[in-house]
Amino acid sequence: MAKTDTKAKALERHGLTDEQLRKIFRNMLLQRQLDNRGFQLNRQGKVPFALGSEGHEALQAGAAMAFERGKDILAPYYRDLGLALGIGLTPYEILLSLFARAADHNGGRQFPNHYSSKAAGLMSFSSILAAHIPHAVGSAYAMKYRREAGRAVLVTCGDGTTSEGEWHESMNFAAIHKLPLVMLVENNEWAISTPLDRQMAQPEIWKRAKGYGMPGLRFNGYDPLETYGAVKEALDRARSGGGPSLIEGMCYRYLAHSTDDNDMTYRTKEVVAEHRKKDPVPNFERVLVDAGVMSDKDVEAMKKDVLRETNEATDKAESMPYPQTSDLYTHVYEGAWQPWQ
Amino acid sequence: MAVSTSSKVLNNVEAVRETLYEAMKSDDRTIILGEDVGNRGNVFLITKDFINEFGPERVIDTPIAEASIVGIAVGMAMEGLRPIAEIQFADFIYPAFNQIVGEAAKTRYRSNGEYTCPLVIRTPYGGGVRGALSHSVSIEALFYHVPGLKIVAPAFPSDVKGLLNAAIDDPDPVLFLEHKKTYRSIKGEVPEGHYTIPLGKADVKKAGTQLTVVSYGLYVHWAIDAAKQLETEGMSVEVIDLRSIRPMDREAILTSVEKTRKLLIIHEDNKFGGIGAEISAMVAEEALFHLDAPIRRLCAPDVPAMGYAEPLEHEYMSSPAKMADAMRELVKF
Amino acid sequence: MDRADYPGVDTKTTAFDRAGLSDEQLITILRTMVMQRTLENRGFQLNRQGKIPFASASEGHEAVQAGAAVAFARGKDVLVPYYRDLGLALGIGLTPFEVLLSLFARAADHSGGRQFPHHYASKTLGLYTISSILTAQVPHAVGAAYAMKYRKETGRAVLVTFGEGATSEGEWHESLNFAAVHALPVVFLCENNEWAISTPVHQQMANVNVYERAAGYGMPGVPVNGMDPIDCYRAVKDALDRARSGGGPSLVEAKCYRFLSHTTDDDDRTYRSHDEVAERRKEDPVPNFERRLIEQRVITAQDAEGLKRSVLAEANEATDRAEAMPYPAATELYARVYADDWQPWR
Repeated sequence: MAKTDTKAKALERHGLTDEQLRKIFRNMLLQRQLDNRGFQLNRQGKVPFALGSEGHEALQAGAAMAFERGKDILAPYYRDLGLALGIGLTPYEILLSLFARAADHNGGRQFPNHYSSKAAGLMSFSSILAAHIPHAVGSAYAMKYRREAGRAVLVTCGDGTTSEGEWHESMNFAAIHKLPLVMLVENNEWAISTPLDRQMAQPEIWKRAKGYGMPGLRFNGYDPLETYGAVKEALDRARSGGGPSLIEGMCYRYLAHSTDDNDMTYRTKEVVAEHRKKDPVPNFERVLVDAGVMSDKDVEAMKKDVLRETNEATDKAESMPYPQTSDLYTHVYEGAWQPWQ
Repeated sequence: MAVSTSSKVLNNVEAVRETLYEAMKSDDRTIILGEDVGNRGNVFLITKDFINEFGPERVIDTPIAEASIVGIAVGMAMEGLRPIAEIQFADFIYPAFNQIVGEAAKTRYRSNGEYTCPLVIRTPYGGGVRGALSHSVSIEALFYHVPGLKIVAPAFPSDVKGLLNAAIDDPDPVLFLEHKKTYRSIKGEVPEGHYTIPLGKADVKKAGTQLTVVSYGLYVHWAIDAAKQLETEGMSVEVIDLRSIRPMDREAILTSVEKTRKLLIIHEDNKFGGIGAEISAMVAEEALFHLDAPIRRLCAPDVPAMGYAEPLEHEYMSSPAKMADAMRELVKF
Repeated sequence: MDRADYPGVDTKTTAFDRAGLSDEQLITILRTMVMQRTLENRGFQLNRQGKIPFASASEGHEAVQAGAAVAFARGKDVLVPYYRDLGLALGIGLTPFEVLLSLFARAADHSGGRQFPHHYASKTLGLYTISSILTAQVPHAVGAAYAMKYRKETGRAVLVTFGEGATSEGEWHESLNFAAVHALPVVFLCENNEWAISTPVHQQMANVNVYERAAGYGMPGVPVNGMDPIDCYRAVKDALDRARSGGGPSLVEAKCYRFLSHTTDDDDRTYRSHDEVAERRKEDPVPNFERRLIEQRVITAQDAEGLKRSVLAEANEATDRAEAMPYPAATELYARVYADDWQPWR
């Protein structure tokens, strides 16, 4: 990138320190790297499946910075690699999930990117869209019931999930009981092959908030700092008894839905290329360099370090054993279980 | 099962109510949620006045939204509460199918034991009450295919209390089925105080030597009536109340069948793919050469529902007389 | 519930704007309302006499239903109702005799005595079959509207009704969203009677104005005084006309009240005070509308008495005739499981 000789630009940093800004950026780089790693491993025949979250980096890295580790709960969906990393999951854990190894949190049972970690406050979820949203609401109810002020639940979903009935039921219930919950919609404009205008007639999801009687807000999800500000404000409101919010971050899904999908069957390269101009990763790099938070050299070093960490995590995870066949029979119920065979 | 020194006579509604009340009293993690459970105190008045004593935070009148009633309860359970979700009638449970089958039953398994879902879903089921197509169904066969879920369907007030306590204490999701025709028509001695009956254990309600009858719910009572009738005719029938549908007590069934050498399974749910199909297959696999007669099933006909008009319901439901006929035929085989 | 919570609804309409309705149509509306009230009470009476096991109640919904029914184009539109729509069923052409057959569960009932009372269905009238499961009918209405649009049948629309309780179900949301995406000819009419059995509206939703959700879906949302049949007619007519002419779906919310218990199996004194109900009885649409028609000289007081007598006579005759009809035969349990003959696995 060409060096600019203009003075460091003013940055709306929402109170974030240089270190936090760099952390956000590192998360974004790591996310991009691990995303690509999943697709590479799939093409090499080493993993049968991977999901892409390219385009969501800014939104997730910004939101994760607003999450309070050890207090808040995250109820994510399967495109939340950056959120998982941002609240404390390691690249090694991500790779264990991709390789479906025994040491994976789920013991290799779940699809990749279906992380869960009770220690990190990361709720277990399935591949079924919107099924996790009532769970988040139930968790928020438990927090409110136990008078745990200062805690909140951050629940995420894509635009596609907002069409599900459980999404509606959950919003309504959260509003009635003024629960400490933030519904963060990562609007990437695509439900696999279905564009936004075939999913909803009125494309501004945040506007549904009024019908439920909660605040609604839309923000630019390509900007990690604007994202951080929006999520932080909503989480702070939730933590202090102000009830739930519906916030919508605009982003874009640059890759196909998953390694099993070919997006060129339903959208054109040109459309994707147009949106690539807004790619949050190089854009935020430029913002940080322009603002003098990082030098070009710092950036290069960070990229190298991210690649090194990814490579190490890949090698380490790959060398780990698969679960045993006998593991198929564990954790059906508590205690030993004799399947009816 | 704890030894209790005293007991009292309760019907099934009172047994459910007393058990829920004691659970609410003894553990403030217990939350009841469902349609009309608070202000009205449930449509059968099972939780009447609970809201006054425990408050609306613990007795939640939900919107009419079954998927989220169960889904929110799953989240509460994952976060350390002990929710008891109510589906007002079993017929209303279908929108919650995904949350029960896809989520609650798989939470422990998919997280490799890290997250669990200790949750009770109570619901009244069954016919004979002029409930027509949408207030009469039996749902057990739709759910018993699902590992990770437990299903209980008690018939007697003492079993209701012991099994509901066990379900509430259980670390896994339990679907607790209450036959609504037995709610007020069935009374019995119920021990005072807290006790549990293990899930997955059947109970021989009437001992006999010539025929094993396996049933659950309302039909256990009718089967006992029929067996008593046969006794006056000099025939000895053993009636097993399954009590738990999953896990199922196969030892109890096999022990009895190996003794009587004949098996009749009776249930209100329709025959095709019903609970009786699994029991028949299991006995055929495990005890075929102990049998002196083909296994028989007396079940509802394979039609979508019992109708509202009296003759349609009557035709759908069995009766002690029909049961006695089936028993007689098999004993004499 | 404070009525001030309902902005946009004029609950004190005094001016007589007849919305283009003729005297005859106004009298039809009144007759439907009186018939609804009479048959409603008949169901509860028959239950207390032990003649029928069950009835449900729509008292308080007379204005919205009679008004909406006049906006319905018979032979063209489709009605997808819920179980509290006695007046709508009557208003689009179901006879009191048919209503009584349903109450008595006789063989000649449209469902052959299979369904609960008030679960009417009549293909000739365009009245869809429904179950007791709340909201399950709403996606059916959307599917029917899709078929109309797909076949380019302009001039037709679907009217689908539900209480405010049903708006909490996931299927409600899914249905409105889909209807809006495809700009379907369907009118969602919410009969907001403030009670979901025992749960008051403010415990069902934080924002008690259901119509305000319409903006989120991208369709018009219209609040209307559900105690005024003319207002209801106008709002439903506008919405149906919009739907019939390619203008897409609407959400109309009629604010009414449930005067009786949920059903004969419910006792509303366990969860609400009868002072509250008595207070709301002042808005009772049946005597109010009768008075208005007399004041406006559409009918005389004598005409009104005559109308009530004729309704009672018809209800009595229908009761006697339906009661005398036979039950379905037990063999009917096995009929119409599939299209062909069916041997159940017994």
